[in-house]
Amino acid sequence: MADAAHIPDETETRAKWGSFAFSPEFKKKADIFIGRYPAGRQQSAVMALLDLAQRQVGEETQTQGWLPVPVIEYVAGYLGMPYMRTYEVATFYTMYNLAPVGRFHVQVCGTTPCMLRGSDDIIAACKNRGLVKGATTPDGMFTLNEVECMGNCASAPMVQINDDNYEDLDYDSMTTILRDLAEGKQPKVGTQLPGRHTVEPYGGATTLQAMVDKNHDYRGEY
Amino acid sequence: MLADKDRIFTNLYGYQDFGLKAAQARGDWDKTANLMKAGQDAIIEEVKASGLRGRGGAGFPTGMKWSFMPKAPTPERPNFLVINADESEPGSCKDREIIRHDPHKLIEGALIAGFAMRARAAYIYIRGEYIFEAKVLEKAVAEAYSAGLLGKNAAKSGYDFDVFVHRGAGAYICGEETAMIESLEGKKGQPRLKPPFPAGAGLYGCPTTVNNVESIAVVPTILRRGAAWFKSFGRENNHGTKLFQISGHVEKPCVVEEEMGIPFRELIEKHCGGIRGGWDNLLAVIPGGSSVPLVPAAMMMDVPIDFDGCKEVGSGLGTAAVIVMDKSTDIVRAISRLSYFYKHESCGQCTPCREGTGWMWRVMEKMRTGNAEIGDIDTLYDVTKQVEGHTICALGDAAAWPIQGLIKHFRPEMERRIHEAKGDDMLEAAE
Repeated sequence: MADAAHIPDETETRAKWGSFAFSPEFKKKADIFIGRYPAGRQQSAVMALLDLAQRQVGEETQTQGWLPVPVIEYVAGYLGMPYMRTYEVATFYTMYNLAPVGRFHVQVCGTTPCMLRGSDDIIAACKNRGLVKGATTPDGMFTLNEVECMGNCASAPMVQINDDNYEDLDYDSMTTILRDLAEGKQPKVGTQLPGRHTVEPYGGATTLQAMVDKNHDYRGEY
Repeated sequence: MLADKDRIFTNLYGYQDFGLKAAQARGDWDKTANLMKAGQDAIIEEVKASGLRGRGGAGFPTGMKWSFMPKAPTPERPNFLVINADESEPGSCKDREIIRHDPHKLIEGALIAGFAMRARAAYIYIRGEYIFEAKVLEKAVAEAYSAGLLGKNAAKSGYDFDVFVHRGAGAYICGEETAMIESLEGKKGQPRLKPPFPAGAGLYGCPTTVNNVESIAVVPTILRRGAAWFKSFGRENNHGTKLFQISGHVEKPCVVEEEMGIPFRELIEKHCGGIRGGWDNLLAVIPGGSSVPLVPAAMMMDVPIDFDGCKEVGSGLGTAAVIVMDKSTDIVRAISRLSYFYKHESCGQCTPCREGTGWMWRVMEKMRTGNAEIGDIDTLYDVTKQVEGHTICALGDAAAWPIQGLIKHFRPEMERRIHEAKGDDMLEAAE
């Protein structure tokens, strides 16, 4: 576990997060999630609640958020679950951060489809900006991680930064995105290829052209 | 080429709004209650007759799967439909397009499929990384509720049905049906032993059917246009239309709906602008997502891409995620990166997979640099055989097959690297 991220020690964490509770806004969302499962099955909502808790921590720390132990304990108590069962979930799924992250969590997809389209260049663009895999930059702005397939293979390579996907990247566009984020600007989300809409072949769809300009109803042509 | 009028996902590229009004204008939610009037068994028969096979990878006949569900569930032990939107197979990116651009096809399909299998509710398990897509889906479900299309007397059919969205949190293994059920129950996503099968005891111990997004989303259109229409596409046993996702070294990677069994060359020429650097530059293709073995260029050119066509060349259709590799590819690295993926995603439950995936990746990395012995190739092959088939779920198999495919077709390249690293070529020159 040499590459495990550093977790602040327990005294420090408890002092800071010991009194964590959902804000009214997050509590409302949490109760909606719990309501989706049959009575007595509220444990099903644990994934959603951990995500909410992480987001609330994120808002309070101006980062993507993470899950300190007292916060996991709070979620366990909220759902009437043993702490261990909740901790198990928090450690099993990769989207829960068990250590603090930066303002922007840069998750570069490095699996084969992205690799074939040049994800090495995307990692290089990050490195050239001073980002290091598995670590946060000293200014607290960026945390870099290489992640597994994100399901954007027809618009590869891609990166997910907090909640946004940036697709069809190359070295230059990735550099621009990191620069914009550092300067407080919001880059264009989605594909970075000029003129590409989503996952149609670049340069124009080979099918369904009638849909481009208007909401065409094909039923008349059956 | 499939005509536009025969494409099911007309808003595939999201040029138009995903919302209810726009979806209805395209033909979704059109007299859904009338479709349901035919009755549960008639719907199942129609889906069986259409030849629809599951679109999530295994290709099990969808109608038959539904027919395994109990015909008279009790309120204490209701039936559940779980829709698998945990699309994480490297190369696959079709469910994402359905969800973010045509979510009402999925929601209407959920109602009809849920009704046919007498389910009380559907849970749509969407992968955690699809953050934007989950928001779209939540919005579409809310729209359907406020229009009376879900909930009590859904779409005025007299049937009560709920659809809930459940977000994952980043675990490939949750795409396995029993792991998905575990995860839905709020646990780690570790697959269950079968039997009991989910249709007997699934979510909360109740009868459950898990279907892929695409399998469910095509159902309303099949019922509207008839089983015969759907069956008219593709070869015997491989019917219908399918979303193909082409990634890697083609000029224009894309997602496109085509007829099942479209020849590989035609698919690439028509929609992807050809192979980067021309057809002579093609090295190998993974036709169905990372879990199936690769196929060398010469064998792949004229293969019809469907279940049987891919099987005949020793691979599989999987999710129809076609990963194309040209001659610039470091093929050993490409497969080694997949081995890393499986090492990362192994849930740790079964020893052969937990230990084997890490071991296979480490040896693959040695193969990549050539820092190995020739005999190691056979040892590696042996170990893949020891992992394959010795685990609860198919992740062990999925980790083994790409390596087996590599050894089968690219052994000379692996040997060349080992010789090169040892400096053997210089010895030969000296002789």
